[in-house]
Amino acid sequence: MTIDRSQYLLAAFLVAVGGYVLYDASTLEKGFADQPVQPYAVPNVVGAVLVVLGVLLAIATARGDVPEAEEGEDVDLTQGTDLRTVGLLALVLVANIALIDWLGWAITGAILFTGVAAVLGSRTHVRDLAIGTALSVGSWYFFYVALGIPIPAGILDGVL
Amino acid sequence: MDMLLDGFQTALTPGNLLFAALGVLLGTAVGVLPGIGPAMTLALLLPVALTMGPDSAIIMFAGIYYGGMYGGSTTSILLNTPGESSSVVTAIEGNKMAKSGRAAQALATAAIGSFIAGTIGTVLLWVLIPSVADVVVKLGAPSYFAIMLLALFAVSAVLGSSKLRGFIALFLGLAIGLIGTTTGQARLTFDQPLLADGIDIVVVAVAVFAIGEALWVAAHLRRKPLEIIPVGQPWMGRDDWRRSWKPWLRGTAYGFPFGALPAGGAEVPTVLSYITEKKLSRHPEEFGKGAIEGVAGPEAANNASAAGTMLPLLTLGLPTTATAAIILVAIQSFGMQPGPLLMENEPDLVWALLASLVIANTLLLVINLPMAPLWAKVLQIPRPYLYAGILFFATLGAYSVNFQAFDAALLLVLGVLGFAMRRFGIPVLPLIVGVILGPKVEEQLTQALALSGGEVSTLWSEPVAVVVYVVMAVLLLAVIATAFRRPAPAAEHHDEKELVER
Repeated sequence: MTIDRSQYLLAAFLVAVGGYVLYDASTLEKGFADQPVQPYAVPNVVGAVLVVLGVLLAIATARGDVPEAEEGEDVDLTQGTDLRTVGLLALVLVANIALIDWLGWAITGAILFTGVAAVLGSRTHVRDLAIGTALSVGSWYFFYVALGIPIPAGILDGVL
Repeated sequence: MDMLLDGFQTALTPGNLLFAALGVLLGTAVGVLPGIGPAMTLALLLPVALTMGPDSAIIMFAGIYYGGMYGGSTTSILLNTPGESSSVVTAIEGNKMAKSGRAAQALATAAIGSFIAGTIGTVLLWVLIPSVADVVVKLGAPSYFAIMLLALFAVSAVLGSSKLRGFIALFLGLAIGLIGTTTGQARLTFDQPLLADGIDIVVVAVAVFAIGEALWVAAHLRRKPLEIIPVGQPWMGRDDWRRSWKPWLRGTAYGFPFGALPAGGAEVPTVLSYITEKKLSRHPEEFGKGAIEGVAGPEAANNASAAGTMLPLLTLGLPTTATAAIILVAIQSFGMQPGPLLMENEPDLVWALLASLVIANTLLLVINLPMAPLWAKVLQIPRPYLYAGILFFATLGAYSVNFQAFDAALLLVLGVLGFAMRRFGIPVLPLIVGVILGPKVEEQLTQALALSGGEVSTLWSEPVAVVVYVVMAVLLLAVIATAFRRPAPAAEHHDEKELVER
């Protein structure tokens, strides 16, 4: 019998989330007199059920339940999970989060596109950067001018 | 009737017609593109759509919805890779037809069948929605509370292969829905003022659909090119027509009611239609080798159920598919209250949407039938660019909601959750529905109890509520019964696989 041990991680996660929801609910005070449903009532139910679901998942896992990973056109499940690629992608996204307020979307968007393309195996970096820049500057103007959504320009304020 | 004509007037203005055409093209393109479905596209487009005005946005969304369903059948037939669970059945016979050189006929019967089913379904909506809306408006908070509970339960337990995973998704969604200060006290906000209003549903949807998908594909990227069967112009011979028209109608008859149920979805009716056609066919020996009935019926069922989905969505505010869930988010984001009062408060919008469904359907046939060879080329976009583009627009969309790096960070965190859900086979729809409906369930419960002065028996004081609880009990018993009969939780999905291989 194969046991998917990593599924215990998910079970633990569910118990932890449920536990935190319960803890958070316990910090709430009794609501106003005209509140027939106390603010902690629904969180108590949700938290408790999450804990139970986590336990059930752990039991199911121990009994040999294996998850059915999602398939797709570009997905090849015959090979193992390529966590390095996922990590690098996450890193690109984190860089975007860290820099976006300072550099502005027109710059970080281009970095984001180029970075993701490179991580996913594109080797034409100059062309990628050109496409990324066109996309990010173009989308900035599209949002700003055509849609009237003023995306902050970051350090390019006054340049764009 | 006047309302319907007004609806056509709104939908047929040149601007809105343009948005409908744009929606159909976009929808088909993303339906064809691997990794992107209509729900994800709508999620990515939400921020842009919010600046367009409700009519145009909803009309474009209708086009994307139908276009996406159509595009999905193209990949099923040409690649044998159904993008959504509802086109699994199409792939069985459709790809066999393509392999034996009949791709053009398979694409044509799918397109024409979708058109006929979608049109009949939309006409049924015109007839049904006003009367259903009249009934629904009279429902009190207890009935409404019961119906929403049923929807949550049905979406988690009936759809998908694992009930346990369905409920895990639902309760994670409910937990996300708790975040915020709606009750006057901060719940689950981690003392973050940015979380006081809860997490924007746009951010949640984009994260679990787009970021989750991109990360998941990145982890398992197929490094070899796809094998695509070349297509010519779709057309059908006399014999194909003769063999297709009955399956189209039968598929429609299966699809619409299932779509209209709160526990809807297109999986069940497409499978039922396939089995029926196999039984009724005069050429049963062709099934499994490319029988045209096996494409015509399920494709019609698929589209009819998409139309049926609009019934609970527009009358009750209940989404039963991921795409319907995002359309609901859009309606909410425009400051309208989806649910029983939508028909009363926004009749113009509802009728414009109902009219545009037929327009989208017609455009789909007129624009797309000649363009099938072109769509096959879309499949060849280099994957690094495709997924870089998805992450790019997802980030832009989430960021443009409030211009906060915090939203981009939330996007990543929830995107990792979306990745884990795909890894552990946890369905996405119950989570989204939980986030949307969770706060409403609490609101209806509060309202019902406030009116009765806290008397709990009010919850089963309305006949509709009682009926709904009985239905839930029956469903629950059925779930428990199947759980005992089949101890191996993976067994259920097996049937579907067998179907595909047969």
